[in-house]
Amino acid sequence: MKAVPVVAIRGATKRFPNGTQALAPVDLDVHDGEFVSLLGPSGCGKTTLLNLIAGLAAPSSGSIEWWGGPFAATGGPGRKLGFVFQSPTLMPWARVAANVRLPLDLAHADRAAAERSVAHALALVGLSEFARNFPRELSGGMQMRVSIARALVNAPDLLLLDEPFGALDEFTRERLDDELLRLWAQQRLTVVFVTHSIAEAVFLSTRVAVMAARPGRVLDAVAIDEPFPRDGAFRVSTKFASYAQRLSRLVAEAGNEATAAG
Amino acid sequence: MARSTLLRFAAPAIVALAAIALWQFLTDLYDVPSYLVPSPAVVLGALIADRELLLRSLAVTLGIALTALLVATVLGALTALVFVQSRWIEMSLFPYAVMLQVTPIVAIAPLIIIWVRNTWSALVLCAVVVAIFPIISNTTLGLRSADPGLVNLFRLCRASRWQTLARLRIPGALPYFFGGLRIASGLALIGAVVAEFVAGTGGSGAGLAYQILLAGFQLNIPRLFAALVLITAAGVALFALTLAVSRVALGRWHESELRSAD
Repeated sequence: MKAVPVVAIRGATKRFPNGTQALAPVDLDVHDGEFVSLLGPSGCGKTTLLNLIAGLAAPSSGSIEWWGGPFAATGGPGRKLGFVFQSPTLMPWARVAANVRLPLDLAHADRAAAERSVAHALALVGLSEFARNFPRELSGGMQMRVSIARALVNAPDLLLLDEPFGALDEFTRERLDDELLRLWAQQRLTVVFVTHSIAEAVFLSTRVAVMAARPGRVLDAVAIDEPFPRDGAFRVSTKFASYAQRLSRLVAEAGNEATAAG
Repeated sequence: MARSTLLRFAAPAIVALAAIALWQFLTDLYDVPSYLVPSPAVVLGALIADRELLLRSLAVTLGIALTALLVATVLGALTALVFVQSRWIEMSLFPYAVMLQVTPIVAIAPLIIIWVRNTWSALVLCAVVVAIFPIISNTTLGLRSADPGLVNLFRLCRASRWQTLARLRIPGALPYFFGGLRIASGLALIGAVVAEFVAGTGGSGAGLAYQILLAGFQLNIPRLFAALVLITAAGVALFALTLAVSRVALGRWHESELRSAD
């Protein structure tokens, strides 16, 4: 018997009030322990799809189930979401520790237990000694790690990341990619990761959903059958290159079709 | 740090000293009579000779302005909180806040003074009417300007309306609120002085405006100038007070305060 998927998307579409078809019918399952990337050019509805998965928006038609039920059921024990935005999205008036503690505070968690979870989450991203700092005193990469710590603080069963490292330089991005993979393995996370970088998608994912624009849709889901842990050697291997080529061809073909049709 | 502090205090002080010196020099040179333009020395003499009378009036005017500022701050902030509860409330009431702002206080002060039996309360009310608008409009803007990413995060964490207000919207609105307070501090004093002019209250409740009025009638121009100096000093002191409060509240995190503290 197959386990119930963490997220089951069935023919979900999204049409904005101005009439734009942001998402043509999408079918996608995310299973427990997977690292699924949504890969595509800007305007392909990656973020829209992620917002549907997060329950921040409702599909115009079709359905989404979380652990086999409606979104309201995600509130139960062991059914928590973590979300990392494109920008760090920290409260500038609160210290790093208070920013990380926010999801627990909002859930009225016990103070002492919350402090332990915060210390643990900050240790996971290597920022323990910055707990008392204000966000503006940290670099962009460190702010992003605070944001990740905040998403991990309540031990989420589903972690959603919306192009989290897009605004960072290449070196910082690669280091954070490594860190994210380590956390995924260590915490046994289930991750949905939005990116427009083919290399990032190949490096991180167990499966890549390739998306295309106008209308936003999922073309294909490509499994990246490579063992973990992955390191720098994988980035420069021929297998990596062939996966990247395959994904890049999928994206390019969809682009050509769109041009021909338009 | 030392250099910029020096610049901030020393530069305006030098300008003031130069202006006073020039003023003294010109009044001496052309032998200008005191009932036209008194020299700084004569003004200082009047300030010292009439100190009891003037300081008592200063206390009255400052008391009215400070009370009005306090009332305007509390009422204005509460009004803004009500406004952001729904677009309907804001749409229906905001035009009246604007009307309050654009109606010249000189025109409505006589009515207020007739309607409100207690003169002191009438004067405070006039000053409140003048000072409240920047607090309402700035705080409303601030409460509406919360980071959309953080608003989404609060939704993901199932934060209640109250939690979102207390933990996100109110702290985020503070810089806007203090901007409004800064403007309101000057307006409260202007409102108090204008209302005193209209009311013309003498006796023990006489404020600085009354002293100016009376000094004008009696052609006691040095005392008029001395009262003017005190009003200006009171305005600057009020402004400095709001600056200090804003620095204490925002100093650690907000850009506007950090830049000036560098």
